[in-house]
Amino acid sequence: MGTTIGAELAEQATRALDDAAGVAVLRAVEDGAFPAAAWDALGALGLGVALVPEDRGGAGLGFLDIVPVLEALGRAGAPVPLAESIGAGALLSAAGIEVPDGVLTFAAAGAPVPWGRHATHVALVDGARVALYPAAALRWTHGTNTAREARDIPTPVAPMAEGTMPNAWGAEAAMLVTALLRSAQIAGAMQGALALAVDHANTRKQFGRPIGRFQAVQQQLAVFAAETSAVSVAAAAAARAADRRGLAGAAFEIGCAKVTAGEAAAKGAAIAHQVLAAMGITEEHSLHHLTRRLWSWREEGGTERFWSARLGALVQGTPGPLWTFITDRDEEPAA
Amino acid sequence: MTGLRFDLRDPPPGAAALRAEVRAFIAEHEHGWAPEVRARSWMGFDRDFTRAVGARGWIGMCWPTEYGGAERSFLDRNIVLEEMLAAGAPVGAHWIGDRQSGPLILRLGTEAQRQKFLPKITTGDYAFCIGLSEPDSGSDLASLRTRADRVDGGWVLNGRKIWTTFGHLCDWMIALVRTSPAPEGGSRHQGLSQVLVDLKAPGVTIRPIHDLVGEKGFNEITFDDVQLPEDALVGQEGAGWAQATSELAFERSGPDRYMSSHPLLEAGIAALRDDPAAATTLGRQVARLWTLRSMSTAVAGMLQDGADPVRQAALVKDLGNDFEQALPDRMRDVIDTDAMPEEMRRMHAYLTQIVPTFSLRGGTREIMRGIIARELGLR
Repeated sequence: MGTTIGAELAEQATRALDDAAGVAVLRAVEDGAFPAAAWDALGALGLGVALVPEDRGGAGLGFLDIVPVLEALGRAGAPVPLAESIGAGALLSAAGIEVPDGVLTFAAAGAPVPWGRHATHVALVDGARVALYPAAALRWTHGTNTAREARDIPTPVAPMAEGTMPNAWGAEAAMLVTALLRSAQIAGAMQGALALAVDHANTRKQFGRPIGRFQAVQQQLAVFAAETSAVSVAAAAAARAADRRGLAGAAFEIGCAKVTAGEAAAKGAAIAHQVLAAMGITEEHSLHHLTRRLWSWREEGGTERFWSARLGALVQGTPGPLWTFITDRDEEPAA
Repeated sequence: MTGLRFDLRDPPPGAAALRAEVRAFIAEHEHGWAPEVRARSWMGFDRDFTRAVGARGWIGMCWPTEYGGAERSFLDRNIVLEEMLAAGAPVGAHWIGDRQSGPLILRLGTEAQRQKFLPKITTGDYAFCIGLSEPDSGSDLASLRTRADRVDGGWVLNGRKIWTTFGHLCDWMIALVRTSPAPEGGSRHQGLSQVLVDLKAPGVTIRPIHDLVGEKGFNEITFDDVQLPEDALVGQEGAGWAQATSELAFERSGPDRYMSSHPLLEAGIAALRDDPAAATTLGRQVARLWTLRSMSTAVAGMLQDGADPVRQAALVKDLGNDFEQALPDRMRDVIDTDAMPEEMRRMHAYLTQIVPTFSLRGGTREIMRGIIARELGLR
């Protein structure tokens, strides 16, 4: 799913994650450590400035290009704040603020900041206003989400730089970027959990054969796979819309992707745990690092309920058929 | 798991113009469609409407012009299909011929077969049905027993097909039949062939089966020594299984696998515009519809590229069937049936009864999931 460059970057990211990250790293991260070695390995790819325009020192890529990278991160349980750095870089440069080096993160004003305590710089977005802070200058109240990922509340001080989001990004840019990043990461985490479940089904024997030979198990895993594909397609389609129309203009597509991802995350996690049975509930097994992230990420950037209510109100308030509304959003490529 | 991979597709150049043409055409015809007609979707059989669609060049539109086609792309065709389904147009008289019988004849038929059948499918003169299921062979299709035995100058057909949609209204059937016994200890998939059967031929008996709605939608068709000419064979003798399964990407991939209940969703939104309590439920349906459409369009793109997305088609069909099947109950979540406007209530009543067929026709839910499970390496 995505672009050629995206597939290449994802391959590099996957290799780096395979080498430098793993269950031990996820455990350390959930205990509050910063995974310096993994960050260095990923950081060497220069992905932090993926969405920053080339004339501002970035790679000039689009959201669609980085969807495969986000999926690769998700498959590994996102052991490093790379998605957050990519998102912060995009928001800062869109607001005309120079993007600093180091570990970046961002949040909408008032929302917990992912990885806040570990960042070097933080972008806080209040409506269309973007403010950049050195993380060390902020006083942090530590918190975590269900996945025990750092979600910290800062007490703002005077920012080191400020800027305004262009209209195409709008006053909800931070939430929209979060929704997009988490949708793609959910696709990845589902791929990872599905692989664990399929592997278990092919090796765990009961009644004299691998449990994956039972149709009841096969049918559940097929549902899991279908939902996983749906999230991947939805995230990519939303990213494509964001690249073409700007985040604000892609709010509908991003909302659809987040609803799809949130619903699928619940189904996928439930099936994975059913297949892995008691083993999957243990601290020792790696499944929970993925399923707890699925449950956590669906909460961020707007829940299914939040986005469904918005989407519903939008189509209720749009005169004419829903079908016209949907097809009017098609974009023919330039001839 | 490459069989579960999808690549996004954009609409083809000229998509908006084509969409507008189809909408204008539908606007000329839709006044006569009762709610039950719209709710029937591609199971609505209206030969006059089909002829009008054919006159616009929208049947067999991807086929070569020499056979009555317009050499348009699969993505163009996808637009026409979407618009017909969105409106609940009664497209049943040409749906099967356009979707799979015609493409099969184009791909594997003889030159004479192409010339005989394809132009008449595009005009709506020949309606096709599919002869797969038998009284004792459903999901286990390879167990079928209908036989075509070689005789001088052709074949003689004996056996029985069942659940053939509109068999009593169609002109031709492409049936999967046994033309030689399965080899001892060998695969049952060998010895099967596809044959063209003239449904008006002597020895063909069509018995409509009343369905739970009270209509005659499908049939049991019996063949008693039906004489088939030599050129009734489509493709290769004995290759019927591979041929029939290669049709499946065509049969299962289209928007007809998630849009069958679409007019009800439109009616629901129109009826509930001022009800904030309905927003969340409606929004969830919209999000699902949007995702399914992105997936379905990706599959149309794969067909256009000449790929064989049989697994992706099974996956989208499974997800799509769940969606279109659940819609009547999701509408009930936000409005009581006796509070629905008359048109919506009638669509709802029809669909409530008929949605169980969505995950049966074209391969059951269990078969679709089995295909996905195989791709996952579980079987």
